[in-house]
Amino acid sequence: MAGPREPIFLGRETYRRRRLIDAMRLLPVAGALLFLLPLLGGGATPRSTALGGIYLFVAWFGLILAAALFVRALSRAPDGVGSDPLEPEAGPVSEADESRDGPGPEGR
Amino acid sequence: MTSNVLISVSLVYVAFLFLVAFGADKWAHAGRGAWLRSPIVYTLSLSIYCTAWTFYGAVGYAARSGLEFVTIYLGPTLVMVGWWWILRKLVRIGRAQRITSVADLISSRYGKSNLLGVIVTVLAVIGTTPYIALQLQSVTLSLAVFGAEGSGAGLVTADAPATALWVAAGLAVFTVMFGTRNLDVNERHHGVVTAIAVEAVVKLVALLAVGIFVVWGLAGGPTDVARVIEASPISEWQLDSGRWVALTFLSAVAFLTLPRMFQVLVVENVDENQLATASWAFPLYLFLMSLFVVPIAAVGLARLPEGSNPDLFVLTLPLAEGRDGLAMLAFLGGFSSATSMVIVAAIALSTMVSNHIVMPLWLSLRQEGASVSGDVRNVVLIARRVSIAVVLAFGYLYYRFSGGGEALAAIGLISFAGIAQVLPAMLGGLFWRGATRVGAAVGLIAGFTIWAYALFLPSFGPALFSPEMMTHGPWGLGWLRPQALFGVEGMAPVVHALVWSMLVNAALFFLFSLVSFPTPLERLQGAQFVNVFEHSQARRGWARGAAEAEDLLIMAQRIMGGAQAQALFRAQAAEQGKSGYLPDTTPEFLERLERQLSGSVGAATAHAMVGQIVGGAAVSVEDLMAVADETQQMLEYSSQLEAKSEELARTARKLREANEKLTQLSIQKDAFLSQISHELRTPMTSIRAFSEILRDGALDGPAQHHYAGIIQDEAIRLTRLLDDLLDLSVLEAGQVTLNIQQAALGAVLDRAVASANSAGEGRVLDIRRDRAREDVTIETDTDRLAQVFINIIANARKYCDAAEPRLTIWVSKQKGGLVIDFVDNGSGIPAEAEAMVFEKFSRLTDQQKAGGAGLGLAISREIMNKLGGAIAYLPGQGGAAFRVTLPSPEG
Repeated sequence: MAGPREPIFLGRETYRRRRLIDAMRLLPVAGALLFLLPLLGGGATPRSTALGGIYLFVAWFGLILAAALFVRALSRAPDGVGSDPLEPEAGPVSEADESRDGPGPEGR
Repeated sequence: MTSNVLISVSLVYVAFLFLVAFGADKWAHAGRGAWLRSPIVYTLSLSIYCTAWTFYGAVGYAARSGLEFVTIYLGPTLVMVGWWWILRKLVRIGRAQRITSVADLISSRYGKSNLLGVIVTVLAVIGTTPYIALQLQSVTLSLAVFGAEGSGAGLVTADAPATALWVAAGLAVFTVMFGTRNLDVNERHHGVVTAIAVEAVVKLVALLAVGIFVVWGLAGGPTDVARVIEASPISEWQLDSGRWVALTFLSAVAFLTLPRMFQVLVVENVDENQLATASWAFPLYLFLMSLFVVPIAAVGLARLPEGSNPDLFVLTLPLAEGRDGLAMLAFLGGFSSATSMVIVAAIALSTMVSNHIVMPLWLSLRQEGASVSGDVRNVVLIARRVSIAVVLAFGYLYYRFSGGGEALAAIGLISFAGIAQVLPAMLGGLFWRGATRVGAAVGLIAGFTIWAYALFLPSFGPALFSPEMMTHGPWGLGWLRPQALFGVEGMAPVVHALVWSMLVNAALFFLFSLVSFPTPLERLQGAQFVNVFEHSQARRGWARGAAEAEDLLIMAQRIMGGAQAQALFRAQAAEQGKSGYLPDTTPEFLERLERQLSGSVGAATAHAMVGQIVGGAAVSVEDLMAVADETQQMLEYSSQLEAKSEELARTARKLREANEKLTQLSIQKDAFLSQISHELRTPMTSIRAFSEILRDGALDGPAQHHYAGIIQDEAIRLTRLLDDLLDLSVLEAGQVTLNIQQAALGAVLDRAVASANSAGEGRVLDIRRDRAREDVTIETDTDRLAQVFINIIANARKYCDAAEPRLTIWVSKQKGGLVIDFVDNGSGIPAEAEAMVFEKFSRLTDQQKAGGAGLGLAISREIMNKLGGAIAYLPGQGGAAFRVTLPSPEG
């Protein structure tokens, strides 16, 4: 095939965003695993507080970094960081909506 | 440094906070406070999670049990990082439903049940009061440290309870001033939130400063700190897996359910973007807060004299090294931690108490109902202010009577475990539509009871539960030992109580939700909460009632204030296309109004107030049915339309058929007229011609006789034609009278055969009959029947083109009745003509040969119809075949 490859899948942006959200949903699970990992050896063999502390803090910081990167990637969406392409109401309720009042945007 | 200096600095700091809060409120009011809504302020306001208990206590905790203290921060980190799971939904619901507190959330979710609101409120007050006492204690303790360090005759050491009282009173004033400024939660507490954000910065800076001083100032760098840690009593990481998991879980749960956390996380949230940023920024804050905890603990243990309180290392280390400025900063950090927590907790609790306890009581005590004039806002505000004062007074009293000792330090986790009981009802309400009010109430009460029995009450020491009871159980029942329920031993008391209470709570919540049946309002709210992302407005809580818009306006003014209420009503009226302030009280409007009100007084109270005016219960089964009925009616209407259009189509079809028939009849009539004139004209012509010849008289006798005979024949033919026509018209008009009589079929046939054969010369027809079969008695007009038979036989004689014409008459009995078939051996009637043989004037062959007018079969058909039988042409019999059917004589 000649020429540059065109993406076949039209909803590519949406698809990427969905997967990004999937990955982000997994973050707390990964975090829990990291934090519970020290339990694997059991309490039988005492460990060094200094080394254990370093492990915990490094894991912790990694988690924070990952969360920050995800939020950065998500905030590129036009509907705002909290929008989910699968949900009918695109975008979160903003202050403007609220002052207009409560039941939400009309006409749906 | 004297305590006087310390107190002056504290007062200046407090004055500064007042200024910040005041300024922020003003800015927000003037609409210039965009930065007040920035994610950073929101993140910093979340820092009230780190109270004095964590500011001072974390180091103490680390000094006692090493790294375990991080669990208190790891739980919230996981919750924040997983914001997409729970927090995003919680915040969306909080904003969509105008939730004012945890109690309001639970109450609103389960059908705006005030019972649940009260349960959660009581739980929160009981769980939070000791925590407030803990903050007061930390402030007095830290002041006491300075007192001991300084002149020794300071104001503070002399009277610690007095200090606590002053602090409590000051906090009450601050909270009342900035926390109850406005009622609508929509105009959030910008002043308070900003002041808290400032305090968050102060405590972070203070702890980091102490940490940096310890690591680089005292220990000489990270590697040296590591060496100090290795040499300290906490060098070994004693990992207790049960506690590790339980505490991580507990802190995560508490982060969601603590009233003060809910206040800043959900109620004060203005934008979901805030949450996204906080999802990583707040864990980072926690990370920084705990980064230097272990070093401070290790260095403190190494440097400070044996027996010094590790809870105060953050203060005592700088003091011992003569760094007064740093110690002052640390003190302000601790002071900030304590005050910010107390302020927000007091706001959250006062909202709950006023919305779920005071307002419902006030509403039920005042018989006039909600629509009398007068400002309810004052009632609500006073209720809140009094609640704040009462909550702080409780805290102070608890501090006084618990003695302010070590026991108080343990209260942090106990408090967490108490409020964690809200979790099943909360998560169940968010994600499971089947969760019901009964389930939530039973679960909450059970969990709360176990928590109180196994953890809270024993924390008061021997005064309440004697040591004997703790070791042997009440009344010697071993399985009821508070810290070893059902004989489960070996767990830490906190873990033990947490496991049992959460298990029983969740199990009962689930079980009772399964077996109970929710009210309509519960189901509506359940759908609203669980599917908040699918539809945040499709709720129809109110049926069109007889509510007076004016009454509603009066009530709304009392709660929201005149201008705001009028603006709301006017906007609504404009939306409905009306001018003025009184819109129609449509369900949508009631819905909207109620939600606005619930921002001020909570969902349950707002619902009750609107209910008082609208009349009766908000949602009844009938209302739900009405909603369903609308759909039903639409369906019925459309099916009616469909039926009607079908009927129309049917009528149109009939009309079309009738029209076709009329057209055909018209054609037939024309044909008939032309036929008849032709039929009449032919004999008339011959009669006229021959009568002219006779008149001329030039004829001899025989010829004259011949011509006269022709004239007579033609006249007879004419008469016969006219007779037939008359006969047919009489038959068709239905005016014929039948002469019913009994006769044997054979006899009738005999007569017909004889008559047909005698009618003129013609050829001889061989008629074959089966006499045995003809032996049937019939009851009919035999003359008319014979007429039909004659017609058929005569036709056979005339038209059968066989060399030896033969007619078979075959009688048989069939289901429809008696059947008489007449079959000849001729060539029959061509298929295309079969349909025509029964029509008038239809003749298939040469007219002259027929010698009739072609009315015979038409007349026969009419006769058979009259007799209740039928005559039909029977094709495929090897010749012309007619079938005459008579109704069976039996009936």
